Amino acid sequence: MSTRATNILVPVISVILGLIVGAIIMLISGYNPIDGYAALWNGIFGDLYTIGETIRQITPYLLAGLAVAFAFRSGLFNIGVEGQLIVGWFAAAYVGVAVELPMIIHLPLAILAAAAAGALWGFVPGLLKAKFHVHEVIVTIMMNYIALHTTNALIKTVSGGGDRTESIFASASLRSEFLENLTEFSRLHYGIIIALVMVGVMWFILEKTTLGFELKAVGFNHNASQYAGMNVNKNIILAMVISGAFAGLGGAMEALGTFEYVSSKAGFTGIGFDGIAVALLGMNTPLGVIFGATLFGSLKYGALNMPNAAGIPLEIVEIVIAVIIFFVASGYIIRLFLLRAAKKKEAK
Amino acid sequence: MEYVIEMLNIRKEFGTFVANDNITLQLKKGEIHALLGENGAGKSTLMNVLFGLYQPEGGEIRVRGEKVDISDPNVANDLGIGMVHQHFMLVENFSVTENIILGSEPTKYGVTNKKDAAKKVQALSEQYGLNVDPYAIIEDISVGMQQRVEILKTLYRGAEILIFDEPTASLTPQEITELIQIMKRLIAEGKSIILITHKLKEIMDVSDRVTVIRKGQGIGTVITSETNPQELASLMVGRQVEFKTVKSPASPKDNILSVKNLVVDDYRGVAKVKNLNLDVRAGEIVGIAGIDGNGQSELIEAITGLRKVKSGTISLHGKDITGLKPRKVTEAGVGHIPQDRHKHGLVLDFPIGHNISLQTYYKQPISKSGIIDYNKIDEKAKAIIEAYDVRTQGPHEPARALSGGNQQKAIIGREVDRNPELLIAALPTRGLDVGAIEFIHSRLIEQRDNGKAVLLISFELDEVMNVSDRIAVIHDGEIVDTVLPEETTEQELGLLMAGHAVRGSEHKEDQHVD
Repeated sequence: MSTRATNILVPVISVILGLIVGAIIMLISGYNPIDGYAALWNGIFGDLYTIGETIRQITPYLLAGLAVAFAFRSGLFNIGVEGQLIVGWFAAAYVGVAVELPMIIHLPLAILAAAAAGALWGFVPGLLKAKFHVHEVIVTIMMNYIALHTTNALIKTVSGGGDRTESIFASASLRSEFLENLTEFSRLHYGIIIALVMVGVMWFILEKTTLGFELKAVGFNHNASQYAGMNVNKNIILAMVISGAFAGLGGAMEALGTFEYVSSKAGFTGIGFDGIAVALLGMNTPLGVIFGATLFGSLKYGALNMPNAAGIPLEIVEIVIAVIIFFVASGYIIRLFLLRAAKKKEAK
Repeated sequence: MEYVIEMLNIRKEFGTFVANDNITLQLKKGEIHALLGENGAGKSTLMNVLFGLYQPEGGEIRVRGEKVDISDPNVANDLGIGMVHQHFMLVENFSVTENIILGSEPTKYGVTNKKDAAKKVQALSEQYGLNVDPYAIIEDISVGMQQRVEILKTLYRGAEILIFDEPTASLTPQEITELIQIMKRLIAEGKSIILITHKLKEIMDVSDRVTVIRKGQGIGTVITSETNPQELASLMVGRQVEFKTVKSPASPKDNILSVKNLVVDDYRGVAKVKNLNLDVRAGEIVGIAGIDGNGQSELIEAITGLRKVKSGTISLHGKDITGLKPRKVTEAGVGHIPQDRHKHGLVLDFPIGHNISLQTYYKQPISKSGIIDYNKIDEKAKAIIEAYDVRTQGPHEPARALSGGNQQKAIIGREVDRNPELLIAALPTRGLDVGAIEFIHSRLIEQRDNGKAVLLISFELDEVMNVSDRIAVIHDGEIVDTVLPEETTEQELGLLMAGHAVRGSEHKEDQHVD
């Protein structure tokens, strides 16, 4: 079998297998899988409104995926995307609420604030890793909690004891009348353009610049990088800062686009953690992240329709979605299986 | 004459690539039969065919005269064929006995019976003079001992025919001598041995007959006592090989590298280089002779900026370069062939082309204002690959996929191409075969003849004696003496390296006794 045929066949088989096992789970639980999947389909592509909402959902996943993938390519495991996204969300919302400026200044300022906040949250673990060899996984996990509870406290202070801020001024909003009209008044906003531009930015940094060359070299072999005169510590910190900035932008999407405010949270948003899966599904490449984010965003948003339209409880829905993603992620197993089958055929 | 193993006209293909073409190897009972070939000649492929890991496309295998089909390693085991791998297959935190019985644990009432197994291991160890403690934990014993455990593993499973794959690659000279004794003992006890190697000296020392393969082709079998290293080398490489490096006398000029009173600590803060002084002039090769661990690594790392200097100065062409960052040292005119090419020399997961630009990727013409032109990287790579005879499919092949010799040629190409005032070559020929060694030595000499300074660090006395114009002997972090290769002997160097001051004070040790 040619590699090309395998490359196309593997994801297709993965998705089909995932759907079959998901269907079995629905059957065992006493629900009609056909109704369930029809609801999922309609929840993703049902009409222009749902398509708009699906794309809106994909936007933060794109940026979270980029953040994780970028760090991975530099040999770092950034589990702190969640926290970096939360501080980015808060920073963007705060700038959006605190001042009123002409849009041409206000909007970029709010976006930059989010990126800067995320970058700062990435800088700390980067610095600790570079200077004291503290493992970034430990620090980033802890930074997630710090982000969650600090922003909650700040939201309380800013809102005078409430649990959400005012809505941002229109001059800081990513809201797009054009995109709303196009999609029957979904919350689709200009953020998707920013996210797609960032995909290009990541590709450009990694594939075209000396910085990207160094980051990848350090990620593969820091000894050889040091021998070749690269500043390993600088590169580690920079990788975490850029990764954090991507994550912070992911927060800005929620603050300036989807919600236009920030509210205190009982727990993590999950977007940052899902970003790890998005990046890994996309093999840590910019284009792959688009694929991963699309899959995650679509399933997550489409699933919301399943309890309403098919009467399947949310718990079962989440299991089904997890199973589908699981099978896509285990494409490797299917690849192995196909290889074995091909070998057996050859032997005969 | 009885043959225990006959591999007749073996052919093995991988796709369109023919790894073994018409190779015949016949092993007599009770002989040590060497299998000689360059890196990548197909030795390991042939042995993997014998061990059942690969199925041959042509030819036949006979064991004790009977035609056999070795479809997997278990069949090979049953036929009494055992393999001592180059990279040991041992569980580090298991005991010797546990490793030996792994996979076929003897049981008593359903419980592993380690006690009886240990007794059997002990008995085997005594029979063959291996001196292995059955209860020792693998990670606590030396590499030489671990290799003996591998040997015991095959004996425990009843092997009559032992295949040794590059057994001396990671051993110290002392351990090599002991291994040779063990191999002779095995023969005396009626075993037969196939020894895979590219080291001629070992073959001459230990083998009865030699089968040579070159680029996958069987060249023939010769009797060791009727041949010599020169002949074997030309059979292996396919042309005349010069052991004695040819070079004209050096004509040294200005001082290039000047190291004064250098003190360098290792990572624990223990001084490894102590008050060291060294000069290297333009147009000469200075060899540093010494036993591993006497401060050579720390000296190079200090010169190249990879390690902090505690005190003393290093200057290049009169310019102080002490404590500069690695890139500044490189830009000042130092080329460095590092001693560990996988750790420092290459980013193995990068294409070989990227690796060739590892020192110049950030400069014109490859980069302009932070943007890399990858076409330029490919151009450069192609030029170096051509000029330095790097055998690769092209600039985009991962560095990991190249053989050791070709990886090293790429590194040398990268460093020499920048035409540095000082070229530091640390163990430049470690693990390479004679053809590659010859190539690398001639490049170092060429660099010298172009009026550059070359600092060679090597643990091999032959190399230091052959290539250097002056030899500085290092012992315990100091240069204890500087000698001329034509005026010294291996014995004298050996004594100096061991810390004995030879000249005029040969009985220094005795005098100390009173």
